[in-house]
Amino acid sequence: MEHIVVVTLIIGGTALLSLPLGTYMAWAMDPGSTSPRGTRFTALFERVAGPGAATGQSWQRYLATLLMFNVVMFSVSFAILALQQHLPLNPDGKGALDPTLIFNTAASFTTNTNLQHYSGEVSMSYLSQLAALMWLQFVSAATGIAALAALARGIAGRETIGSFVVDVQRASFLVLLPLCLLVAPVMVLLGMPMTLQGAVQATTLEGAAQTISRGPVTAFLTIKQLGTNGGGFFGPNSTHPLENPSFWTNALAMIAIILVPMACVWMFGRIIGRMRHATVVFAVMTLFLLVKIGAAVTFEAAPTAALTGLPVAESSNLEGKELRLGATTGPLWAVLTTSTSNGSVGAMHDSLNPLTGLVPMAGMWLNATFGGVGVGMINMFLYIIVAVFVAGMMVGRTPEYLGHRIEAKEMRLAVLALFVHAFLILGGTALFAATPWGQSAVQDAGAHGFSEILYEFSSASANNGSGFEGLGDGSWAFNIATGIVMLVGRFLPIILPIAIVGSLMAKRRAAESSGTLGVEDATFGSMLAITVVIFGALTFLPAAALGPIAEHVSLP
Amino acid sequence: MSNLLSSLRVALATMAICVAGYTAVILGFAQALTPTSANGSLITNDAGTVVGSRLIAQAFSSPEYVWPRPSAVDYDAGGAGGSNLSPANPQITARAQELISAHGGASVDAPIPADLVTASGAGLDPHISLEGALFQAARVAEARGVEVSAIERMIEERAVTPGGPFTAGRIVNVLDLNLTLDADLAAPAASQ
Repeated sequence: MEHIVVVTLIIGGTALLSLPLGTYMAWAMDPGSTSPRGTRFTALFERVAGPGAATGQSWQRYLATLLMFNVVMFSVSFAILALQQHLPLNPDGKGALDPTLIFNTAASFTTNTNLQHYSGEVSMSYLSQLAALMWLQFVSAATGIAALAALARGIAGRETIGSFVVDVQRASFLVLLPLCLLVAPVMVLLGMPMTLQGAVQATTLEGAAQTISRGPVTAFLTIKQLGTNGGGFFGPNSTHPLENPSFWTNALAMIAIILVPMACVWMFGRIIGRMRHATVVFAVMTLFLLVKIGAAVTFEAAPTAALTGLPVAESSNLEGKELRLGATTGPLWAVLTTSTSNGSVGAMHDSLNPLTGLVPMAGMWLNATFGGVGVGMINMFLYIIVAVFVAGMMVGRTPEYLGHRIEAKEMRLAVLALFVHAFLILGGTALFAATPWGQSAVQDAGAHGFSEILYEFSSASANNGSGFEGLGDGSWAFNIATGIVMLVGRFLPIILPIAIVGSLMAKRRAAESSGTLGVEDATFGSMLAITVVIFGALTFLPAAALGPIAEHVSLP
Repeated sequence: MSNLLSSLRVALATMAICVAGYTAVILGFAQALTPTSANGSLITNDAGTVVGSRLIAQAFSSPEYVWPRPSAVDYDAGGAGGSNLSPANPQITARAQELISAHGGASVDAPIPADLVTASGAGLDPHISLEGALFQAARVAEARGVEVSAIERMIEERAVTPGGPFTAGRIVNVLDLNLTLDADLAAPAASQ
């Protein structure tokens, strides 16, 4: 009962909030020429960006600017991390970081992944946390929203898809920053720390010394959640009492995790001018979300298997859970954080019951049931292309999406983008499961160890960032391999869909007729859902059987 | 080339506004309105020494105190973490057996509450369940030479529902409870 009420309020409430936010985001990202205030902002952002800001760009130019900006993001943050021991705002005297760790961390935060092979309070200075990592949390999320706006303009049949350096400012200054300024003060009032003072030395009641790390947590946490970043200020992320002090900060954080990904669907619908189509997509995503939540909550109600036979009172699995956050948080947060590409955790995923642990993995495999800010809807666009193509073949018509003819070229690009995700996950897992790189890093051999490696590569490729943290993933091999997987898993699924749209824009658009496949009804919704299951999930079924499912059936 | 120049200019602008400006605003807001929680909810004793944080568990092993949940990082608030043990891991069984005997045993009729034998996410969970606190009342009462009912009453008074109507069980802040125990009831050494 408790579960149903909490889930209904969080999901239902956020879905309601996402509608007006989506309308606002459509205006902010794509003001058009009729809004005087929008025009003024556009002019301002063009002035800030200077020479490269021409508003009408080809899709190739748009992507080139996007990649260049991301190179700058990577380089600047790499430099700050590499020099942190010489830079200010380091009250606790954090030292130099390992070079492969710096590469992994810069790649991780540039790609909106936030996989962390370090523990924030142990390794990072406040300057690294704020100017390198938190900065990337803003601009990597803005990159995703900009890419979706460009994609939507292309589908809408505009002359050009816009200007990246203007779009990324719109997303940073008009979307993410105002949302952070609304949410962060509430987090502060609910008791979250925000200080630049270093760690404090306490003497406990029993006379022991205790070092208590703290820092500018609230600012960091807020954009971490709103931008589907997920990287924790502290090592154990949002299970840490200073990063998640109460049930209420926890509830607000869960809303912040899915709010912008939900609003992105509406933004997409507004820009292409097809809100009914967006509603169908939103409904399919919500259906998947609810199925996953139901499964996770059910599986996690069972106690920790290792306590069987001991005189321990009956309860849900409490290993890796925090009491103040309530019993629903563990499984609900696990689903939300992996349905979106957030990756923050409200419970330790490695200690989830085996089948509960399968649910977040499935979320990362699909990576489109809301997904990351901007990129989640872009991933769903790939499934839409496939669904439209398959549906067209089935009825023997030329497949059309909103009047755009989908032909072999677009289909090849879409399948390639979906295939890359599976290849990175299964290839990486296979390589590490077969070599000492992975074998020596797992917590225990067998099915659970396999799950740890599988989860790590799923998380890297889906740009998620959560992990089965019992895995010793701080080695150079994991740093470099997951660093590369994150970069490929980020940029190919942005480049290929925009190339698809570029190809569509170059063709003459057909008038929609009664013969055109409708994308605004339940039939299309079912077709899309089936496509997601067949393409997204079945690929991974054998790996699931070797990992979490094998572990479940071997439980005592 | 113009791409690089534009990218650098936008990087500078976002760094100035989203990092420096935003941090300054939230920092100023927090330090002005909620300085105590903004600095980590620290608790200071009469002598001015910091004895801990309301939000951070600390180790307790003396019988006159209520004990927190086990910690995978030995209550290290400078390097927090969970056990990350898989649910069937025998280390969880061994730890539970050890803790059951440390708590003076448990039986099928009087089982130990699960939170007392499972490590939390960050290893710093400041709370235990109401049942977990009551389970320890007899030991604390004996060590302090008072009636069990007096300890139970103090525990009940401090039990809260963390999410109001949205959470089922009640929880108790361990450090807060132990500070109250010290303030209201003399420890055995001081009473003799």
